[in-house]
Amino acid sequence: MSTRTVNHRAWWLVAPVVVLVAFNALIPMMTVVNYSFQETFGDNVFFFEGFKWYEQVLTSERFHASFVRQIIFTGVILAIEIPLGVAIALTMPRRGPWVSVCLVLMALPLLIPWNVVGAMWNIFALPEIGLLGRTVNAMGIAYNFTQDPASAWITTVVMDVWHWTSLVVLLAYAGLCSIPDAYYQAAKIDGASAWAVFRHIELPKMKRVLTIAILLRFMDSFMIYTEPFVLTGGGPGNTTTFLSIDLVKAALGQFDLGPAAAMSLVYFLIVLLVCYVFFTAVMRGEER
Amino acid sequence: MARITLEQIRHSYLSAPSGDADWALKQIDLEWADGGAYALLGPSGCGKTTLLNIISGLVRPSRGQVRFDGADVTGLDPVDRHVAQVFQFPVIYDTMTVHGNLAFPLRNRAMPPDAVDARVREVAGMLDLQDKLSRRASRLTADEKQKISLGRGLVRSDVNVIMFDEPLTVIDPHMKWVLRSKLKELHREFGVTMIYVTHDQTEALTFADTVVVMYDGAVVQVGTPVELFERPRHTFVGHFIGSPGMNVLPCTVDGAEAVFDGVPIPIAGDDDSDSDDAGSGPARAARVARPRLSPSGAGGTSGLELGVRPEFVCFSDDGFAVEVTKVDDVGRYRIVDIRRGSHLMKMVVGENDTIPSENPRIRFDPAHTRVYADGWLVAPREAER
Repeated sequence: MSTRTVNHRAWWLVAPVVVLVAFNALIPMMTVVNYSFQETFGDNVFFFEGFKWYEQVLTSERFHASFVRQIIFTGVILAIEIPLGVAIALTMPRRGPWVSVCLVLMALPLLIPWNVVGAMWNIFALPEIGLLGRTVNAMGIAYNFTQDPASAWITTVVMDVWHWTSLVVLLAYAGLCSIPDAYYQAAKIDGASAWAVFRHIELPKMKRVLTIAILLRFMDSFMIYTEPFVLTGGGPGNTTTFLSIDLVKAALGQFDLGPAAAMSLVYFLIVLLVCYVFFTAVMRGEER
Repeated sequence: MARITLEQIRHSYLSAPSGDADWALKQIDLEWADGGAYALLGPSGCGKTTLLNIISGLVRPSRGQVRFDGADVTGLDPVDRHVAQVFQFPVIYDTMTVHGNLAFPLRNRAMPPDAVDARVREVAGMLDLQDKLSRRASRLTADEKQKISLGRGLVRSDVNVIMFDEPLTVIDPHMKWVLRSKLKELHREFGVTMIYVTHDQTEALTFADTVVVMYDGAVVQVGTPVELFERPRHTFVGHFIGSPGMNVLPCTVDGAEAVFDGVPIPIAGDDDSDSDDAGSGPARAARVARPRLSPSGAGGTSGLELGVRPEFVCFSDDGFAVEVTKVDDVGRYRIVDIRRGSHLMKMVVGENDTIPSENPRIRFDPAHTRVYADGWLVAPREAER
């Protein structure tokens, strides 16, 4: 090796990015961190409180309840959307004029703004005037999402499935399209059954995109706010109050800045932790 | 094991083919002897892969029949034809170990586990994969993956034919040679029919006993490597096989002589005894399918042409005058570019032969000079077997 010059001038080249990240991520987050350790009664007067709010959040029944609701909701929609999305992607044509028709149909729900989705389903499902609500009631099934917790949950889940399964479909479809024909031809020659083709060719080739689909759907559903807020407002009672809705109620409704900030950070750390664990698990599986 | 017969196979990827250009395969009549080592050679897009997929059953031909030992298998699926195919890019089941990959075709056919294991170990031994059986197949190198693809064909004892579709495309050069030798060895050991598709003449000529040359959806010649070199049936074969390719020059015919640019060129029959029965009757010649080739490319230029390989051109004082334009020393011999008027030719000159510096004159070896009409060999008549 010849002489190696060591200096730190290169840092100046990354400085603009550091400044940008500082302004759009670090500084706002630090203000939240700041609030989470203090108490205020207005007039910009703050008192240091240490870990009080964290203790309060972590031991609060209310936080536990919305956390459990959140876990159940995310688990349910993942259990429905991932298999359903893969199944739809498998039935879509791989070539021919119908490909673009299918793709546009699939992309439609993704193009609708979230609050519009909430509003649409709200009207659609209203028991007195909504097409869905009236039809279901006319069939003799008691259905009222504004009063009955079970109806509210089912409506929220169906709405999310309707809105987001397309994303899984498109990702899975992209994965399927990347499989060379030779794999299917080899499988035919080897006498593989349709199940074996799915299990040993299609599923492994979709693994990467499905990892991304699961991560995206996990994060999005774990942070879901707009649609249930518009649809049910977190009700009836607190039955569809997920973490984000609870957080907003605490921060804005009651203006408890300290507890809300502590809750935000706990919430953020949970999302980060789950994503990290999931991602490393998948990557380790890949290296084996 | 089976003799494979292709009868009047035509194929088009369009639902309603109209013109000649719509047919990917124009008309193929071929017989593949049981246990032969064949190469299917031709430029990209000439229909080699289509023909291969028709034999394996991945593609149903638009017209004609595929027979295995005389039995019509045209309507059968690949799995029922008992064929094996190795593709250009290695196909590996990523979820499985090497053992699992090799066992897959047998397990799909519900073979008892003990028998599967014994067979897999046997085949792994032949392919030098025995110490990698428990490895994940996705972690192996490209040549090992290709061996696994091949192994999935070899494990089945009932396999009629193993087909290779440019299998060495993604293999490192030094491993190509190793794998090709392995293929030859396996062919000798098993005697299973092998069809090897390639556009690389070296691969084709070193692997195969019989080479089938395709051009523009038709078979132009079937023969041993020596036959293809010495007696190309079509100017395309002359161009495509050999490096540099055959010289093709416009000519006229005057009795037993060809005349090129005013120079009479003597043409003699081959010395080989088998050429005696060549063209022994119009009936025989008529039997040879002469598919029409498109006028573009090497073949199909109308009129009479003279074909002589650069290896059969030599400097000679009693020859005709030419001009030397370039000499390429490629090691054991030299490639000399020559011209006579506007006609360009190449010749091969040995290391120790001299290239005359003044007034060079050349002659063609009469025994290896051919005349082609519309691209097809007309004189001397070829030997047919």
